[in-house]
Parts: sequence; structure tokens; C-alpha cells
Amino acid sequence: MAIALALTACSGNGTDEEPGIDSPDVGGESVTLNVATVNNGQMKDMESLKGEYEAANPGVTVNFQVMEEGDLRSAVTADVASGAGQYDVITIGAYETPQWGANGWLVDLTEALASDGEYDVDDILPPVRVAISHEGRQFAVPFYGESSILMYNKEVMDAAGITIPNRPTWQEIADIAAQVDSPDMSGICMRGKPGWGDLFAPLTTVVQTFGGNWYDEDWNATVDTAEWREAVSFYKTMLDDSGQADPVSYSFNECLTALKEGKAAMWADASVAASMLEADDSPVQGKMGYAHMPVVETDEAGWLWSWNLAVPASTKQQDAAVDFVKWATSKEYIELVGTEIGWSNVPPGSRTSTYEIPEYQEAAAAYAPITLEVMSAVDPTQPGVNPQSWVGIQYVAIPEFQDVGNQCAQLVADYLADRTSIDDALAKCQTLAQTAGEAHQN
Amino acid sequence: MNAATKNALINIGTWILVLLFFFPVFWMFVNGFKPESVASSINPRIFFDPSTEGYSLAMARGMGGYLRNSVIAASVATVIVIALAVPAAYALAVRKIKSVENALTFLISTRFMPLAAVVLPLFMILKTLDLLDNVVMLAIVYGAVNLPVAVWMIRSFLLEVPFEIVEAARVDGAGLYREMVRVVLPLVMPGIAAAALICFIFSWNEYFLALLLTSAGGRTTPPFLGSFVDGRGQFLAVLSAAATVAALPVIIAGWVAQKQLVRGLSLGAIK
Amino acid sequence: MNGVGSVATMVAVEDDVSVSQQKTRHRAQIKRVRTNRRLLLPAIVFLILLTQIPFLVTIGFSTIRWNLLYPNDVGFTGFDNYASVFSSGDLWPSIIATVLITSLSVVLSVLFGLLFAILLDRKLPGRAIARTLMITPFLLMPAAAALIWKYSMFDTNIGIINWALRMLGLDQVSWSTNYPLWTVVIVLTWQFTPFMMLILLAGLQGQPGEVLEAAKVDGAGTWRTFTWITLPHLRVYVEIGVLLGTVIILQVFDPIAILTKGTGGTKTLAYLLYERAFIGLDVGQAAAYGVVTVILMIVIATITLKTLFKVFMAGGNR
Repeated sequence: MAIALALTACSGNGTDEEPGIDSPDVGGESVTLNVATVNNGQMKDMESLKGEYEAANPGVTVNFQVMEEGDLRSAVTADVASGAGQYDVITIGAYETPQWGANGWLVDLTEALASDGEYDVDDILPPVRVAISHEGRQFAVPFYGESSILMYNKEVMDAAGITIPNRPTWQEIADIAAQVDSPDMSGICMRGKPGWGDLFAPLTTVVQTFGGNWYDEDWNATVDTAEWREAVSFYKTMLDDSGQADPVSYSFNECLTALKEGKAAMWADASVAASMLEADDSPVQGKMGYAHMPVVETDEAGWLWSWNLAVPASTKQQDAAVDFVKWATSKEYIELVGTEIGWSNVPPGSRTSTYEIPEYQEAAAAYAPITLEVMSAVDPTQPGVNPQSWVGIQYVAIPEFQDVGNQCAQLVADYLADRTSIDDALAKCQTLAQTAGEAHQN
Repeated sequence: MNAATKNALINIGTWILVLLFFFPVFWMFVNGFKPESVASSINPRIFFDPSTEGYSLAMARGMGGYLRNSVIAASVATVIVIALAVPAAYALAVRKIKSVENALTFLISTRFMPLAAVVLPLFMILKTLDLLDNVVMLAIVYGAVNLPVAVWMIRSFLLEVPFEIVEAARVDGAGLYREMVRVVLPLVMPGIAAAALICFIFSWNEYFLALLLTSAGGRTTPPFLGSFVDGRGQFLAVLSAAATVAALPVIIAGWVAQKQLVRGLSLGAIK
Repeated sequence: MNGVGSVATMVAVEDDVSVSQQKTRHRAQIKRVRTNRRLLLPAIVFLILLTQIPFLVTIGFSTIRWNLLYPNDVGFTGFDNYASVFSSGDLWPSIIATVLITSLSVVLSVLFGLLFAILLDRKLPGRAIARTLMITPFLLMPAAAALIWKYSMFDTNIGIINWALRMLGLDQVSWSTNYPLWTVVIVLTWQFTPFMMLILLAGLQGQPGEVLEAAKVDGAGTWRTFTWITLPHLRVYVEIGVLLGTVIILQVFDPIAILTKGTGGTKTLAYLLYERAFIGLDVGQAAAYGVVTVILMIVIATITLKTLFKVFMAGGNR
């Protein structure tokens, strides 16, 4: 009886946690944290390092539930929306974070982060921080960030006598792609797979740099416009002329394979691809060049994405979860990855200080500078020519966008595959976007 | 061309077709032993330096626990299904039941609801009952999903049993137990074995319900396999390795059931 | 099957028997019916508990407005969700996609299953191994199988099919772009041929040996034996294979999610529903789609079973 009382007294009565201590006061009882996360390189590394956290926090066991990205969204959304509380720490993207924070689904981390000087929350890359905040409050912390860059095979370019400028235009790139395109190697590889995060990540940025956007400031959909038509038909023409065969089956991985195997000469995609192209097992290591994402009317056209750790409000071990989240995104953790696993494995795009570590600068010399340059320059509040009412580059930060973006991506993919006309696709997309936008017009 | 040559040619042709059909599985098995860049290389290679990187990655992520849960889920589901389906199929095939049609249509209609529509209601119900992340509960759900198929299958095999055999047993004074267990069921063992195997396979490979109704301790192998899909990085080798390991228990079950089918032949010859 | 005939004879004989014997027989009959019901009851009760209760909840959800991302805006809306199901323009193409993919996959897997069942019913050196190899595609997790086909077989860079075409000097095929429907059908057929083969093999091995012997003695060649004895005997098994295969393939969605994401006319009802529930996050609308799907399928199933599969619904008079 006495033990039971003692245990209940120890667990979660809210008075024992002071922000800033390294280990949570768990009162001697054991805590298991269920972490729902994606399967990317940074998370694989984190899982392999969890022993360090468990050793420093006796009594705490960390359980990684790795899931494919789409599955993660389904499982975590169902769990968090219904308050089921199966997961104590979740990985969510920059798209979801502000919305879920506004819904009250996530624990507000602002105090826990701000009051911990050592954590240095201001070290987080400013654009990333802006993208994941809601009304100045922070509901998640990034452990990985990316923008998009242009990657090209320097050997191929040198052989053709072409120099690619650091800030190319889309017309230049399309022309170069046509020049180097051959039956054995396509001039460029771009995503074509239907999905708001697959095809529309690069395509939205192309639309924006051509002068268009999803909505105007008053939430009227602006899909059925000349800018969209120009951008989307440009994308298709470039792929038709110099792109890969079977475009609608290509996303990040397929283009990565194409570049590594020498089947494509250029590729505009996530900045993290550079670290894979420069890895030891890459046949094109040392042969690649990097540039800013091609533009037309804007200064930058890179997108902005981060994977973040958050604590659902329904968790039963809030203090332990917050502590883990802070550990996994701290400067000490980044040092740990560098020394234990390798400096090229350090999670990119989350903290400015990462790019000041000498060992990282050396290991990532080929791509770290341009990544930092691009990620510091993008503006998630106004990526396009005209102002917009939301924060986000390659997505619209409204709940309906997941659905609208997905269906529109399917329509455009049908256009890329010659199954529908561009007018049909954009008209249908306009209707969907308009209905979704109306919910925010007030 | 004499009969022996013709026979040999058909045998060779059969083996060629079988090997072609099996090829993707063979390729998956081979890819499990390659490093990632080799598995994703444009020149498919049969000869390469094998590496167990894929397998050790799969194991390091705790595959054992997920396999154990899959064994529990699939076995419990199969036991439930056979225990309920055999008497039900017997009643619908051999014994007299009014409105057989209605019972059969009801059974099959439970399979018409697309999973995605019913999984959220099911999730809410189990959440209220605090039965989420429970592998036995998952097995029970699998039982309900596979029961109609098993009833239909076993019933079809039972309908093939000549009525004289049942009649003879009854005339001999056999009660229901003897009639069913001693006389009729042994004749349809291949059918029951096939139904059990199919139920085991479906429960073993079921993905969506396992993903949503379990989260940690109760999670089975399919969502674990899905966890190797990487949005930012090649994963073919490690996925192939994990999928091979995941398929082994089912392959063993398939081998065993396949033998049952042969035994059924020798029983059938007695008829 | 002479079950019905013998019962009729027995009933005719009973007319001459005395009243007390009739009473005993009547009581025995009631006992038999009760036992028969008791055989059937556990399965029915189990299913009702586990499927009908969620189904009722689904019907309930279909009458409310509930988007998971707007948890504060939940309310009763009557038939609004059903109206949007019918007016969204997604239902009809989805039905067509479902019919095409399901029927093509079922028909092709029955044909291939029949071929392999016949080939592997013969005496063949290493037959047990051949059978086990043939079953393996069915044993793989559907998502794993779809991924392996996507990358190892269909891919234009690293896929074996296009590699083989290149070796033969032929043009490579852009599977997902140009043949989305066939891409999905190929993977489904590959996975379900073993399923059909299993059922048909059990049927082939259930052939009464004496009949085959008699046919051989009578001098019937392999082709005549096949068409006149084996095929009719297999008819029931083919029907069971088609029925069960259809019911199962109707629900599949992994190949579509992995190979085409629902584009190119492959958005079946199962995949459409997944999109509404987990990408649209609209619980009410997804539930309405679910109810409409179930009603549609019950109607089609009842009609089909009553006309094409009359044989199925008989039995149970013994």
C-alpha cells in the first residue's frame, strides 16, 4: 500500500520538473517513451545513439517506432486527434506543426526551451523557426532541415563545355538539359510522382518563381492563371525533351539512383541529396557541382522543410518526453553524432552552429556552404512574387492543403503522362483549391 | 515424338514457367545480400561480393519482437477461424439449415466494407475499451476478417463429400461428433488445410489494421517492413533482406500445408 | 450430388408410419435443428460483434461532419456527406477502376492458376519444391511485393524487365506512365495466381480416382478426359476461387498506393476511401463512401450469386 502511494506521488504531479535540468525526476520508477518517427538517415542515427540517452537517464527506455512517412501521418494523426496517447514523442513536418499547435494537440515547448540557456533556442535557423511557430509559440523543435538546390554532374558539363552559374535561371537550365540530353543519359531528372510532397514540392516553387501561387492574399485560388499555365507546361516540356522516361514514377529516390548511375546529368531537389551523392559508396563522389535552385522572377526558389520532434498533449510522460526532445536536438547531440558516427552524418539544416563546427565544415565541404547559404536566404513568409497569407513555401499551411495538393498532384501527373490536357487539370485543381480557400476567407 | 519425350518436354516447360514466375522472389532474395548501391545499380548483378549489411540492419532494429507478435497474431487468428468456421461450414453444407442463402450472404457481406472506412470507428471503439496496442485483440479482429472466406471455402469442400458416406455413418448410429470428426472431416482435410493456410497468410501479411491498432508492444511485422521505406535514401537491399526473413515462417507453413494436399490425394483414392 | 433425392425418398416412406413414431421423429428433428443452429451460432455471433458494431458506428459517422483537423467543428449533418459522395465526381470513375482491376486480376489469376495447377498435378521431378516455389508470391507481404516489382522489375533504370528489353534491343517500357492499369493488374495477378492454384489443385486432387481410371480404360485421350471430366469437376472450385478472389482483391490497395497513387484510372474504391479518410482526414465523408460501397457490393453480390452461382446457394438439406 505504501509503495503504491509512493509511486502515485512520484508520477506526474507537476511539481518536480524544473526546466533546465538534464534528467527528469522520475522518482525511481521506470519510464518508457514511445517515439513515432520516420525512417531517414538522421533518425536511424538517433536510434543507434539512444543508448547514450538511456545511460545518462537511468530508468528511461526509449522505444523507436519507425514508420514510412505516409503511414506515420496516418497513425500519428489518428492517435493525436483522438487523444489515444500511444506515442510520447512524435515526428511531424513543418507543414503540420503550426496547425497542430493551434489545435492544442501539442505541448507548448516555448518556456522549456527559452529558459534553458545551454539549449540556445535562438541557434535554430531563423527561417525554420519561423515556419514551425504559431503566434510566436514553439510547439516542436527541428532535428533536420532542408531546402532545395540544383545538382549537376560537373564531368558531363565540362565535357560539353558548359559552365553552370551559381544562380541560374530556369530557361538556362532547360536549354542546358536539352544540350546534354542523350539516349544514354537524360539532361535532367525532376520529380513527377503524384503527391503534395513529391511532385508539388519542386513544382510549387517553379510556379512561384514564374510569378504564380496557390492563393492570393484574400484566399482566392489562383491556379487557373497564366503563370500557372506557363510554369506547369514549362515543367512538362522540359521533362518531355530532356527528362527521364516514366516521369510519374520518379521521386527523390529514383532521381538519386539516376544521378548516381550516371543516367541523368542534372537534378533539382532536396539539399540533403548532396550528402548522399558525396558519400563513399557513390559512383559520382567528387564529380558533382551545386548551385541555387533555378529562378525566373524571384531571387530564390528553394523550398523549406524540416522534420521536427513534438510532444503530444495526450502523453502520460510529458516531462520525460520533453527532456528527450531537448536532448535529441541539442548542440551536444550534434557533437555526439559527429564523433560517434561521422561528421557527414550530422543532421543538416537545424542549427546555425552546426555550420561553424570545423570538423563538419571539412567533412561536408562540398555542400554545407551552399546548403547554409540557401537555407538562410529563403523566406517562408513570401517566397513568391506576391504577398501570401500563410507561412510556408512549397505548401499552404492550411489543413485542407494535404487533400487539395494531393488531388492536384494527381491531375498534373495525368497531364505529365499525356492523359489529360493542362486546361482540364488546372481547371479541376482550381475548383478544389477554391472550395478549400473559402473556408479561410473571413 | 514418343510419349516419354513429350513428357520430358512438358516437364522442362513446366520448370521454366515455374522459375520465371518465381524469379521476382529469387531476385528479392539475392538483393538482400547486396550493399544498397549495388542493389540499385543499372546493371543487375548476379555475381557480387555478398554482404549481410541488410540482414544485420533488419535484426538490429528488433525484428525478433515483431516476428513474435506476428506469430501470435496469425496463429491465434487461424485457431479462432478454424474453430468457428468448421462447425459453421458443416451446418451450412451437411446439416439442415433454413435460409442458407441468407447466412452465406451475410457472411460474405462483412467483407465488403473497405478497411479504410471502418478502421477509424474500430480505432475509436478499441481506444474506449483500452484495447489498443494489444496483439491478441488484433488477432481477434483478423479472425473476424478471415472467417467468412474460411466458411465459404470449407463449405465448398464439404459439399463434395458424397451423401452416402454421411448417411452410412448415421445409419450406423453415429452421433454428431462421430459423423463430423471421425467420418466427414478427414475427407476434407486438404480443404481445411488450405483454408487454414490462407487465413494464416492473410493475418501474417496484414498491414493497415496492424499499423493503426497497434503502436509499440503489439506491433507485427508488416508495419515494421514498411518502416524500411525511406523517403530520402535507397532502401531496396535492406527491405529485401527484411522481407525475406518475414516470409520464411509463412513459407514453412506453406510447405507443410502443401504436404497436406498430397495426403488428401491418398485419402481421396480410398473413396 | 444426390443429397436432395435421398431425403425426398426418406420423407415419402415416413408417410406410412404411426403417429407416436412421427412425434419421436419430430422431436429428434427439433433437436437436430437446434444442434445445427448451435454449430452455426458461434461464428455468426462472433462476426456480428466484431463487424456489425463497427459498421453501425461507421453509419453513425457518415451522418456527422467531422474533419480530424477541425476537432471543434463536429456536428450532425444528416445526408450531406452522401450528397458530396455522389456530387464529387469521384465515385463513378472509382467504380469503373474497381471493376476493371478486380475482374482482370481475377480472370487472369484463375487462368494462370489453372495452368499451373494442371502442370503441377502431374508427376514431375521435384514437384514438391516446384509447388512451394509457386506459392511464394502469395506469401509475400503485398506492400513488399509491390515495392519489389516497382524497383526491381518495372523501374526504367534498375528494373529487370527494361534491362532485358534493352539487351534484346527493344524499346524500354514506361510502366507507370503508359500502362498504369496493367502495372497494377500484373502485380495482383502475380500475387493471386498461387491462391487460385492452391484451390484448383485441391480440387484436382479430389477427383475420384475410379472415374479417371474408367476413362482411361475406355480409351479416352488426355484432352477428352480433361474437357469432359476434369473441367466440369473443377467448375465448383473455379467458382469458389473467383468468388473469394474477387472479395479479397476488392480490398487491396498496396499496389495502387505504391505504383500509381491512384492516377491513370486506378483509383479503386478501396484507395479512394483511404484518401478520403487519411489524406482528406474527413471521417464523415469516408464513412459515407464506405456505406455506399457496402450497399453497392451487396446489391451486385446478391444478383451475381443468384444468377451465376446458383449452385452455391444450394445444399444444407442433409
